[in-house]
Amino acid sequence: MPEAYSNKVMEHFKNPRNVGELENPDGTGHVGNPVCGDIMEMYIKVKDNVITDAKFKTFGCGAAIATSSMATELIKGKTIEEALSVTNKAVAEALGGLPPVKMHCSVLAEDALKSAIDDYLKKTTGKGLPGFKPHDHTH
Amino acid sequence: MDYAATTPPHPDVVEAMLPYLKEKFGNPSSLHSFGQEAKAAVEEGRKQVANLINCQPEEIVFTSGGTESNNFAIHGVIHKLKPNKNHIITSKIEHHAILEPCHFLEKEGPAPDGAGAGFKVTYLDVDEDGLVNPEDVRAAITDKTALVSIMHANNEIGTIEPIKEIAKITKEKGVYFHTDAVQTVGQIDVDVADLGVDLLSASAHKFYGPKGIGFIYIKKGTRMTQFLRGGSQERNRRASTENVPGIVAIGKAAEIAKTELSERIKKTTELREMLFNGLLEKIPDIRINGHRTKRLPKNAAIIVKYVEGESMLLNLDLEGIAASTGSACSSGSLEASHVIRAIGTSPEDSHGSIRFSLGRLNTKEEVKYVLEVFPKIVQKLRAMSPLRRK
Repeated sequence: MPEAYSNKVMEHFKNPRNVGELENPDGTGHVGNPVCGDIMEMYIKVKDNVITDAKFKTFGCGAAIATSSMATELIKGKTIEEALSVTNKAVAEALGGLPPVKMHCSVLAEDALKSAIDDYLKKTTGKGLPGFKPHDHTH
Repeated sequence: MDYAATTPPHPDVVEAMLPYLKEKFGNPSSLHSFGQEAKAAVEEGRKQVANLINCQPEEIVFTSGGTESNNFAIHGVIHKLKPNKNHIITSKIEHHAILEPCHFLEKEGPAPDGAGAGFKVTYLDVDEDGLVNPEDVRAAITDKTALVSIMHANNEIGTIEPIKEIAKITKEKGVYFHTDAVQTVGQIDVDVADLGVDLLSASAHKFYGPKGIGFIYIKKGTRMTQFLRGGSQERNRRASTENVPGIVAIGKAAEIAKTELSERIKKTTELREMLFNGLLEKIPDIRINGHRTKRLPKNAAIIVKYVEGESMLLNLDLEGIAASTGSACSSGSLEASHVIRAIGTSPEDSHGSIRFSLGRLNTKEEVKYVLEVFPKIVQKLRAMSPLRRK
C-alpha cells in the first residue's frame, strides 16, 4: 500500500454502496482490463432522464472499490446531464482525496460511468455519448 | 504473518546489544581498552555467524544488510575480473538488490579505456514453480563469465533453488558463484561448505536480529575489489567503523538460530501445512504459488482467483493480520511483480497473489483465526468481482 488512504476511502472500501448488478439495466458500462488490474462494471436505471438506480462490480484495489462506490452514490437521483458533470476529480474529492498513484482509479470510475451513459444513449437515441472514448487503461 | 518481510528482534538479541549502545561504545580501531573491548565483541560476533553457516570467521564481512551484500558481490567480483571477464548470469526472479546492480552495469556500456566490451548480463528463465534449471546455467557460461548469482530461496514464492547442483557446474567451469541467502539463513540449514558457493549474502532482520546489519560470506581466495573505500576495517574489504551493537546483535541472532533451527523448521512447516490445507479446503479457486515441497518452511504463498491483492491485504489488515502481495496495485508500478510474471502467471491471476509468511511467534490459534477470517474476505470481494462469473 503506497500511501495511507483517507478515512472516507476506507469507509467506502469497508462498506461499499451499491454493489451488484441490476436486472434489465438501461445502461451498462464496462471499462479496464485484467492486465492493469482494475475492471469496473457499472449499471444504471434511468427514468424520465433521471438515474434512479446505479450498481457496480469491481475487480481492483481499495481505491478502485471506493471510487466505484462513490461514483454510484454521486449519480443516483441525478439527471443524465448532471451525472455527466461528475468528473474523476469530483469522485476523488468526495472521497477526501486519493494517493497520487491511485488517481487512475478515479479516472476509471468516471469512464465506467460515462460508458454506462453512452450505452443508455445508444439504446434510447441510437447515438452514443458525443466524443466519448474511454482512456487507455492498459498503461 | 509477514515474517518474510521482517522479524521481531529476539529479546536476548536486544539484551546483548544494549551495552554496546551504552557504556561499551568504543571504536574497535582504537588501541585503548574501550576500543579493544569493542573489537573483541566484533570478533565474537564474527565467530557466531561463521559457526551458523560453517565457515571460517575471517570469511565473514559485516555489511549494512542484504542489499549491500548483494551489491558488494556483483560489483566486487565484476570490477576485479574486468575487462577479461564481463559477463554475469542470474535469474529473472532475483531480488531487486541483485537485478538493479545488474541493470546498472549493463547501462554502463563499454569501458572508457576501450579495454573490452561493456558488461553483459544473462537473466535465466525459471519454470512455473520458480526453479532455475542448472543445465541452463551451464549453457549460459562463456569464457567471459565472471559470476553466477542465483538466490537460495525466493522471497515471494518461497521456492528453494538447486544451489548445490549449480555450484558443481560453476566449480567445474571456474566461475564464481554467489547466492542471496537473505530468506534462508536462520530459517533452514545453510552450510556454505555443503552448498559449495563462493559468496553468500544475509541480513539480520530476517532472522530475529535488528535492521541495518548483515554480512557477506567471501570464501577464502575469492578475488574481489573493496566495496566501500576508506579505512582498513574488515581486513581491507569494507571500510567504515564497525556497527558494533549490530554485529553483537547479528552474532547473538546467529547463535540462537543455530540452537533453534530444527525447532523453527518443524514449527513453521507444521503451521504452513495447516494454513495451506485449511485455505485449499475452505476457498475454491485458489492455488499454491511456488514449488510444493522445495520451499521455505515459512512461506505460504497463494493465488486467489477473481480478486485483487491489495484489497485482500487491506481487509486482512483491518482484521489485524499482516500479509504481503505481489499485485501491481500494491506497488504503484501498475505491473505485477517480476517474480509472479516470470513464473508465467496470467495477468488476471497475478493480481491475486497473497503471501503469508510464518515465524517463531506464530501460533496454531493465529492460523485458525486466518482460516476463519480470510475465506470471508475472499467471499466478500468475489461477490463484487466482475471476473467471477466469466
